[in-house]
Formats: sequence, structure tokens, C-alpha cells
Amino acid sequence: MKSQLRPAITLLALLTVITGVIYPLTVTGLAQILFPHQANGSLIVIDGKAYGSELIGQQFDDPKYFWGRPSAAGYNAAASSGSNYGPMNPSLKEVVQARMDTLHAADPDNTLPIPVDLVTASASGLDPHISMASALYQVRRVATARGWGEAEVTSLVEQHTEGRQFGIFGEPRVNVLLLNLALDGIQ
Amino acid sequence: MNTWLQLIFYFGTLLLLTKPIGAYMAKVYQGERLFLDPVLGPVERFLYRLSGIDPRSEMTWKTYAIAMLLFNILGLIVVYLLQRLQGILPLNPQGLGAVLPDSAWNTAVSFASNTNWQGYGGETTMSYLTQMLGMTVQNFVSAATGMAVVVALIRGIVRHTTKEIGNFWVDMTRSVLYILIPLSLVLALALVSQGVVQTFSEYKTATSLQSGETQLIAVGPAASQVAIKQLGTNGGGFFNVNSAHPLENATPFSNFLEMLSILIIPAALCYTYGRMVGDTRQGWALLAVMTIVIVALLGVAVWSEQSGNPMFAKLGVDQTQSATNPGGNMEGKEVRFGIVNSTLWATATTAASNGSVNSMHDSYMPLGGLVPMWLMQLGEIVYGGVGSGLYGMLAFVIIAVFVSGLMVGRTPEYLGKKIEAYEMKMASIIILIPVFLVLSGTAIALMSEAGRATIYNPSAHGLSEVLYAFSSAGNNNGSAFAGLGANTPFYNIALGIAMFIARYWLAIPVLAIAGSLANKKKVPASAGTLPTHTPLFIVWVIGVIIIVGALSFLPALALGPIVEHLMIFG
Repeated sequence: MKSQLRPAITLLALLTVITGVIYPLTVTGLAQILFPHQANGSLIVIDGKAYGSELIGQQFDDPKYFWGRPSAAGYNAAASSGSNYGPMNPSLKEVVQARMDTLHAADPDNTLPIPVDLVTASASGLDPHISMASALYQVRRVATARGWGEAEVTSLVEQHTEGRQFGIFGEPRVNVLLLNLALDGIQ
Repeated sequence: MNTWLQLIFYFGTLLLLTKPIGAYMAKVYQGERLFLDPVLGPVERFLYRLSGIDPRSEMTWKTYAIAMLLFNILGLIVVYLLQRLQGILPLNPQGLGAVLPDSAWNTAVSFASNTNWQGYGGETTMSYLTQMLGMTVQNFVSAATGMAVVVALIRGIVRHTTKEIGNFWVDMTRSVLYILIPLSLVLALALVSQGVVQTFSEYKTATSLQSGETQLIAVGPAASQVAIKQLGTNGGGFFNVNSAHPLENATPFSNFLEMLSILIIPAALCYTYGRMVGDTRQGWALLAVMTIVIVALLGVAVWSEQSGNPMFAKLGVDQTQSATNPGGNMEGKEVRFGIVNSTLWATATTAASNGSVNSMHDSYMPLGGLVPMWLMQLGEIVYGGVGSGLYGMLAFVIIAVFVSGLMVGRTPEYLGKKIEAYEMKMASIIILIPVFLVLSGTAIALMSEAGRATIYNPSAHGLSEVLYAFSSAGNNNGSAFAGLGANTPFYNIALGIAMFIARYWLAIPVLAIAGSLANKKKVPASAGTLPTHTPLFIVWVIGVIIIVGALSFLPALALGPIVEHLMIFG
């Protein structure tokens, strides 16, 4: 056993240097050279002002903006979290009902069915996207609040709809923050 | 339609990569010439020289086991100390303080044992230094430990009348240098290109559009850790929600790469196995067993989640899948992944001993949650952990061969080695220890005040949370029904013990089998030998796995997900 002690200690120290220092530093160096925007959080910086990250959702509950997924983390981008409600949990039923009520209250005449992703909490609490159905559901409300035509808002939604990546991966989706920035004319 | 396309594309890519990567790994372990030799050869020799290792000297199984244990326990101590001392160590821009002792113990065992159960939230607990020198290092060496152990077992099968099964230091070092680092480097950069962060700067700030308030965005050197946590079937995330976090898994393509990385080494090791035993059909047969089981269970999970929650339907929520709506049970899932990529991940991560998540398993429908739970309980042999999956599967093969031998009244043999009482005892230990840990751990937790106190969801689902936690720790997985408040002294200590036993008390009997088989004479195959590459044998092994798994866990599952399913749909 004693004869294995020296290799154990030395090798752990050396592999710590290789995998714990050299490896992450190499990745960081290459990442910062090759993909500086992505490596630093894909921030949206316009005229020197950072409006957030393309990849991190924000809280929206003003009728003139599109609303994102409900968040168990309150969109706190320094403490991600899901709801962890089980499918039968009575609290889940309550919060989903409350979200539906809020949506109805903000747009009472809307008779479209509410898409599931608009009333269920995301996994991260930071989901930047909603489904196309959820965006289209909100077009009327946003258009009314802004005094715009629905066609105008719909066309913005379509411009900000991303298809499946490379035509196959994932789901079609709308980036809520980018869409709302466009609504405000910040591009 | 697209659902099927994505699934077929995933398994197609996985199976296409199996042979080239498996063949490469066989070369690594057989010490053959590699294209990376000019770069890594000098590094490798330098490591041996400084550590006083003679790469040509080999070990008995006992020495091999001692070296493995010593190395792992040292690593465990380092991770523990790093967490306790991080407050006074550098690279801590957020000024995070020392981790509490019970949590630090749990995390140290968790990362050393390749489990990566996380009682803590990454961005609120661990300094960059701890993540790098603690987590990232263990991600590499714990994976390499699993790979070394399976290679020793393969040598035991191949060799005859010798006591030597290889050199742990060499197998471990070569796994890190020639396999894990090159793959991780490529994967990490691919992930950064998609938006996974990699920086040492402090957290970023921005101005929220609607409120005008300052938004603090956690960043860090995530991509380098995410790459190895996927490839090494570790699973410990950089952020609290693991690969559901957009900065840890930014796009559907980064998701595809991360999912592929979960299973690629375990799958390729089957080919490595076939190559090393001199009959690739043996490896393909094991891969067939694994693939059939995972595809069947995946089907159940996708169907369950895509069908959605009847409670939502009653409220009038639209969860029908269409061109504009992914539909299904979207609670705890991300839009960019949708149902199919969430369930595929949940299935792959528990089929392997990975344990990373891109959706919240606690919010799955009962049968959707049963699939990952049962995959862990089967022993994570369906692909399984890097190394540990294959050695677990070989334990089942030994049992299958033995039982079939008894049926026809012949001394069972596998690849020219007689399977006798000793191997059978060790294989039984390998299969029974996790069963014991999972069931007794769950029972103790449910009977104790401390265990029940932090259950989050009411009713049968609460029992599922505890059963899931011990299934995860008792099989070194690391995923969770995360509603359970597991960062308590009770769970930190209990789950820590389960993880420790599940890892090392399995690795030791595996090495004992390796030593015993290496010592035996080779018996030539005869007309009475049971061929172990045929469809008949594949079906037979699947049968043994399913029967053992079902007999062990059906009663417990009946009290959790099955009764919950009946309550919802009954």
C-alpha cells in the first residue's frame, strides 16, 4: 500500500494541474478569441447599454410587452430554479389557474385557447423563449395596449420566430426579450 | 413526425460513432500507436517519471484495487478541503463562504464517486476555484477510474493463467490524456460557439427592459466543466438547474451535442470490449441489449409527457402538439427543447450514470418519471456510466450465463472461462448492493422525522421523491426529483454513505472477478458451449435484467409512480 502512496499523491497533483488549471484556461483562452460574444453571456449591448442576454429571459407583465414563461426563480439570473411541482400537486393547479385568470383579465375578449407553455413554469426559471402559439395568443393584447394594428405586431412576431435549428433540432420558438426590444424600437 | 426524426437522428449518430471511437479506445488501452502520441507521449512519460511509476510493471487485482481506492480517497479529501477553505482561497469573485461540513462531505463523495449528486446550487455556493480544482478535476479522474476498472475486467477475461490485470496508474492516466481531454476540448469549444459561457469575470450586469432595474447574470467557466460532466457521465452542473440553464445549454444543437456526449463513451466501450476480446460480435451483442431496453423505455416516457396532464386539459389549457405549439406537459421544461428533447435527455441521463438534467424530473407525469427512476434501479447498465455501465452489464452476463448453464446441466463458461461459484458470488454482490442501498435507504428516510421533513410534493409523489433520491445515490447517478430538500444533514450524510458504498463496494468485486478470471485456464469452445452473441442470448440477457429489476423494485414503484398514475387516470 505504501508503494502506491507516492504515485497517488503525485499523480493527483499533476492531473489537478492539467485538468483543473491548464484545461479550463486553454478552453477560456480559445473561447475568448474565437467566440467572445457567446463566451461572455451573449449580452445585448446597444449604444453601450446592456439590455440583458439573448439567452436569458426577463420578467414581463406589462400588457404592452409580450410575456415569457412563468418563472419559479422570478427571473433571477443569479439563482436559477424550476418549480418542482408534481403533476398532481394542488398548488400547481392553483398557480396555473391564477396565470390563466391574469391572461384573461389583461385581454378579456380573447377566445383563443391558452398554450400550455404560457402558464407552466420553465425548467430554469430563465427560459428566453415561448412557443409561436403563445406569442400569437398575445398579439391582440400587445396591439391594443400600443394602439397598433394586429398585422403590424404579427409581422414582428414572425420576424422573431426561430425555426428548428438546422431544420431538425429542437422546437420552433420566439425570443421574448428580442421581440420586446423590437417593439420598443431598440435594435 | 419531427419527434421521430430527432430520435432516429440521435441514435443513428450514436451508433455511427460507436465503432471509430471504440476502436480508438481499444488502441489506447492496448498501448498501440496513436496519432496523438507526438503531443501527448512526452506528457505521459513525464507524469510517470515524476510519480515514480513504471508503466511496464503490472498489478494483481488487489494492488489494482488498493491503488484505485487510495487515489479516490485522496481526491475526496481534496474536494472536501477546497469547499471548507474556499472563503480564504483565490478565484472567488462573488466572495462565497465556506460550505457547511455535511454538505461538503456529500459533495466530495458525490464527485469522487462519479455520482455528482448536487445538494447545493452551483452559482450560489461554489467559488470558481472549487469548481475548477475540485469539480472539474474529479469529473476527469472519477470517469477515468471507471474506465480503468472495466479495462482491468476485460483483461481478466482475455488473459489466462496470470495474476496480472494491468497497471491502474497507466489505465487511469491514459483515459484522461488520450480520451477525455481531447474529446472535452472539442466539445467545450463547440458548446461555447452555441452560447455556453466560458469566462473568469465576475457576474454580468444589465438593465432589465421593463422594470429598468439592474439584472445580475451569473456566468463563469461553464463550458469546460459542462463538456467533461457530459462525457464522463458525471452530470454535476455549473448552475443550479444544470443543463436546463440557457448559459449551460444554449440551443437545440448544444443540447444535441450534450445528449450525444452522455452515451458516446459508454456505447463505444462496447466496441472496445469486442475488439479487446478478439470478437467484435460480443460487443455488438451487449450494445444491442442496451439499445433495445432504452428504446422501449424511451417510448413510454415520450408518450407519457407528450400526452400531457389531464388536470391542465380540465382547466382549458391547450397542450395539443401542433406546428406552433410543442404541447404536452411543459411544466419544468424549456421551450427550445420541447417534449422530445427533454424526455430523450431524461432517459439517456439515467440509462447512463450521468444525472445531468435539462428538465425538472420532479414535474414529469408519473410514468414519465417512472422511466428514469427504473433505469437507475436496473443498475445503470443500459449504456451505463463510463466503465461502470459495462462492468455492471458484464455482471448480468455472468448471471445469465450461469443460469442458462444450470438449465442444461453444464458448467457455464463465458468466452473460454469457466464461471464458477466465486464469480457468481461476486456478480450477485454487484447486483444486490445497490438494491439493498436503494430500498433500505428509502425505508429509513420514510420512517424518520428528518427524512420526511423536507419532502416537497404531497401524497404518492412525495414517496417518489425519496425513492428517486436513493435510486440516484445508490446507483451513482446524481439526478433528482429536485423538490426534495436534500441539503439537510440527514440527506447529505445518508446519501453520501449510499454513494460511497455504491461506487467502491461494486468496483472491488469487479476487480476480484477480473483477478479470478485472469488466473483461470482457457477452455476451448465445444459443441455444448452457449454462444453469447446470438439474438437468443441477447433476449435472454434482457430477460434476466428485466426480471431482476422488476422483482426488486416493483413493490416500491407501486407505492410511488404507479399509484400516482392510477390516481390521475384511474
